[in-house]
Amino acid sequence: MNLDSSKQAIIRLFNVTKRYGAKLALNDVSVDIQPGEFIFISGPSGAGKSTLLKVLYLAEKVSEGQILINGMNLARISASKLPRLRRRFGMVFQDFKLIPGRTVYENVALVLEVAGEKPSYIRKKVMHVLRTTGMEKKANALPPTLSGGEQQRVAVARAVVGDPDIILADEPTGSLDQASARLVLDFLMAYHQKGATILVASHNLHLMESMVRGRNIVLDQGQLVKTSTML
Amino acid sequence: MPMTRYIKKALADIRSNRFLNLITIVTISLSILVVSLFLLFFENASRVIEGWNQGGRAMIYLESAFSPEMLPDLEARINSLGEVDEMQFIPKSRALERLKSEMSSHTGFFDTLKQNPLPHALEIRMKTHGDFQKVAAFAKKIGALDMVESVEYGQGWLARFLKIFSLFRITGYAMCGLFLLIALFITANTVRLAFYSRRLEIEIMRLVGATEAFIKTPFYVEGLFQGFLGGLLGLLILLAAFFTVSSGISQNLSAYVYLDIRFLSVKAMGLIILASTFLGWFGCYLSLKQILK
Repeated sequence: MNLDSSKQAIIRLFNVTKRYGAKLALNDVSVDIQPGEFIFISGPSGAGKSTLLKVLYLAEKVSEGQILINGMNLARISASKLPRLRRRFGMVFQDFKLIPGRTVYENVALVLEVAGEKPSYIRKKVMHVLRTTGMEKKANALPPTLSGGEQQRVAVARAVVGDPDIILADEPTGSLDQASARLVLDFLMAYHQKGATILVASHNLHLMESMVRGRNIVLDQGQLVKTSTML
Repeated sequence: MPMTRYIKKALADIRSNRFLNLITIVTISLSILVVSLFLLFFENASRVIEGWNQGGRAMIYLESAFSPEMLPDLEARINSLGEVDEMQFIPKSRALERLKSEMSSHTGFFDTLKQNPLPHALEIRMKTHGDFQKVAAFAKKIGALDMVESVEYGQGWLARFLKIFSLFRITGYAMCGLFLLIALFITANTVRLAFYSRRLEIEIMRLVGATEAFIKTPFYVEGLFQGFLGGLLGLLILLAAFFTVSSGISQNLSAYVYLDIRFLSVKAMGLIILASTFLGWFGCYLSLKQILK
């Protein structure tokens, strides 16, 4: 680990291990991620890609090791401070995780509502983000009436609407056709250009290599086996 | 989030789960109806019994050796005991006349009487009439006076009736408790079902940084609404039933007995609404506590 770069790291993992019973999902993973980096986490199914993201947003607790985010030790985060930490993340999932009974607008607005923003600000910001992702005209539609690509664009809009420092995307293109996948990655890259740190877990290496400039972290059986730069 | 937004959210949730919420509100209203019905009965029965007791009238029957000349002395002794509000002497001749007029169809029987069998009597009204035990103690004191044969103040049947009534009251309270428990259980169950039906929504809320208060408050508001509406509906049903039934009772029984039947007091209605609102909240609290444990 480079000492200078570790001082500036926005995310630091120290010997992180996660066990599910006897199975090791993550095995002694250590890595530093700098602010503004685009990190691509690759590896075969069951390599621990999703688990790595889950321990970052505290959907799972690590079995061993420590994680620091902006110098904050996740092991010491109290339940009452967890919501504040999660507002610093934008999250995108393969299954979109949109609320089916709420409109596109309401799904995106939820992030700002939980942050206690004023209604006038929420309206302005949500419409701006929907315009950027090309979903403005579908603001009143319910998610089940949208295509997979459209739903993922709404999920991306929701992920960026709160201006988070870090975006965590778990197989964001996994259930999309090539064109929709490219569109979603375009949005993520555009947001990355504004300075955000982006971590994308995906097995779609070819698409990533063709579009993304960043660092590739390869996991296999829970272990970090390789890091390389994608140009 | 401001309270108005929580309220809007709760109303939207009620709309989206209309049937479930309707069932809960109706269940609460039926429970409140039963409880209010008991309260209505006890409020009115207590007032009627108090009315019977309130006269505080007692009849003092005097010994056959008593003569009207002894009256001032006896009156003075009774007055010295205090507690007497009003006193009227009823000579045995007037008592017989009163009896004859009340039993006018049996005049033949009265003609066979060689002498007046009735005793002289004193009718008194006591100052103490609310406390049954005090009345009994006072009657006992009068009974111990010289020239007093016996004192009649309805002690037998009224005491027995009061015992039965208090037993009935305890049963009523137990029934009220039971129905409130049922309503509480139903409310808690509705919240649990609503929570499970919105599991995905809650999971997403947590992922985007919602606090527990943000997630729980709409459920509490929903519980308060259910409790309040249930209580109000229960009282409205009771009010409608009361006006229908009470006019019938008054028409049929007014010729025999004076019954002052009234609806629940404003205070009692307020308490019922408050209790049912609390019930809605408490059901929600119990449910969320168990689910989020």
